[in-house]
Amino acid sequence: MTEMTTIPTGDNLLLDEAKSDRKIGWLEEFLGPDNYRIVTGLFKTPASIIGFILIFIFILVAILAPIIAPPVGNDPMKIPRDGFSGEPQAPGSPWKKNVPEIPFWYEPLTGNKEWVHLLGTAQGQYDIFYGIVWGTRTAFRTGVIVVIATVLIGVILGSTAAYYGGWVDNLIMRITDIFMTLPYIMMALIFSSVLTPILGRSLLPPMIAMITFGWMGYARIIRSDILSIKERDFVLAAKASGVRSGRILFKHVLPNAIFPTLVLASLGIGDVVLGFAALSFLGIGTEIGYADWGQVLSFARNWITSLNRYWYIVVYPGLTLTLFVMGWNLVGDAMRDVLDPRMRGKS
Amino acid sequence: MTNQLLNVRGLETQFNTPEGIVHAVNGVSFSLDEGETLGVVGESGCGKSVTMLSCLKLVPMPPGKIVAGHAFFKGEDMLTMDNDEIRKVRGAQISMIFQDPMTSLNPVMSIGKQMAEPLMLHLGITKEQARNRSIELLEMVGIPQAADRLKDYPHQYSGGMRQRVMIAMALSCMPQILIADEPTTALDVTIQAQIVDLVKRLREELGMAIIWITHDLGVVASIANRVSVMYGGFIIEEAPVKDLYAEPLHPYTIGLLNSLPKINREERQRLYSINGMPPMLFKKPKVCPFAPRCEFVKDHCWQENPVLESYGRDGHRVACWVDVTSGRER
Repeated sequence: MTEMTTIPTGDNLLLDEAKSDRKIGWLEEFLGPDNYRIVTGLFKTPASIIGFILIFIFILVAILAPIIAPPVGNDPMKIPRDGFSGEPQAPGSPWKKNVPEIPFWYEPLTGNKEWVHLLGTAQGQYDIFYGIVWGTRTAFRTGVIVVIATVLIGVILGSTAAYYGGWVDNLIMRITDIFMTLPYIMMALIFSSVLTPILGRSLLPPMIAMITFGWMGYARIIRSDILSIKERDFVLAAKASGVRSGRILFKHVLPNAIFPTLVLASLGIGDVVLGFAALSFLGIGTEIGYADWGQVLSFARNWITSLNRYWYIVVYPGLTLTLFVMGWNLVGDAMRDVLDPRMRGKS
Repeated sequence: MTNQLLNVRGLETQFNTPEGIVHAVNGVSFSLDEGETLGVVGESGCGKSVTMLSCLKLVPMPPGKIVAGHAFFKGEDMLTMDNDEIRKVRGAQISMIFQDPMTSLNPVMSIGKQMAEPLMLHLGITKEQARNRSIELLEMVGIPQAADRLKDYPHQYSGGMRQRVMIAMALSCMPQILIADEPTTALDVTIQAQIVDLVKRLREELGMAIIWITHDLGVVASIANRVSVMYGGFIIEEAPVKDLYAEPLHPYTIGLLNSLPKINREERQRLYSINGMPPMLFKKPKVCPFAPRCEFVKDHCWQENPVLESYGRDGHRVACWVDVTSGRER
């Protein structure tokens, strides 16, 4: 050995301390180490991968809706009707009136030259296939908007409560408690049926109702996370270096506290769509014939006693709804596992 | 004649807890001259950190409350300043470093961004300038490849390096006072020595005054000009560093010094420790707070709380009714 070893004196001992060999990717840089671990963890369990695949398929269907089911008439969100007869028709029965254009994939895939009702028709000859395909857009639209709005309300109220503390905190959290005691679907039902005469039949009344009664969980979780982050040393250090309190909240506290809320929010999309379908099934919301899964299901109400013959009016939309919610729940379960502190370091 | 930078008078801080009011600081007065290093020692919970945090109004309020006192920084009372005024002092003229470097940096912000924050805030410089200045600062505290390491996150730094980053951040706006709140407690001994050396070097280069809070009497001996010993929310002895070690006048200081392991001590001798526990400060002490644990205790100690008065050599002040050399009341 001819190499001279440097004697560790004072400063240089530290300089030699190993810089971690791991390369930091842009994603990790963007998300920060903790959040990066959570995101990568999400793609490691089979259940969550299935969940992501399901969600991905639904996203594709929503985007490609005009190709999968070419729109008939002016409003693509209106389910096309093949006549007005009450009795549902079985899958595969030929399409007589209002026949849509035949898309390029249709013939090679089905071997048919004429449009048939792929999944049958519901009461009033609404095409179930169209209802499901275009209803995917409704599902994402309502789910995402309601979740974003509830998260915003929750984060604003929760962080105000946590940041100011004292009577502000008390007031906001007691209001939250009161809202939490109200039964969700019940209140959403009542509130949206009050709103419907004012706003007319559209997606709005149920969405507003669901936003009004859906923000409490987010407010609670962001409040508790902020309360714990607020006590951390780096917040005191930032204060000691003269940083404004608003900046401390937005740059130091919130980015460290918001991730669990975002996870909860992504889970919420499935629940919102389910709740929305429930309201829609009960006849609240959009005008009859609007492409919406709950609406399609509600066509089955009069035929429940003879579902052995008309099974398709329940099974297809029901299955779609189930798969959609399941996709989000699988992802959510994986998120919960990854966020569980006992799982840390196992990755 | 040196200029007085900081002059704290009669500072009292309390905390409202569910169990009652805790009297954490009970009338502390001290001063700090330009370029001077003041060591503050004492057990955990004796009010060292709270005193310093109170001066900058950094005590969480509520539950904390500064009940009385003044903290004059260059003649201006910081305790009467409003939020905007005190923010211009914090980080720019008086900055702090904290005990645990592992938790004092924001885990989701890169080092570069965190360092730029006070620079852009206090010096009003651009992002690019702040970046260049950050690189200089990191090099100053001895972090290699500083330019590359700015984009790293705190978890990619070791404990010693994080404390260096904290020091670099604290010094970034050329403060006149650096308050170091047990900056070496969470580090192992070799790193401790490096950090102490670093601070000494920077003190010479930059000429700032330092308040060094610690449990470690050894560190204080090597860095401080003057030492204050705190107990139960009071300063109970204050002296130039050599006098304090040569001739401690308060029984508590003597106890602390005796509790240090000595290299020339006979083998198999038990390490000395002060009996009892530091007081829970639910009531403001009316008698000497150290009396229950004191080996020299006299009747008078149970009747009245002594005030800090000059004894012995120049600049040596002590709050005790007993003359420890003779063992009699003064």
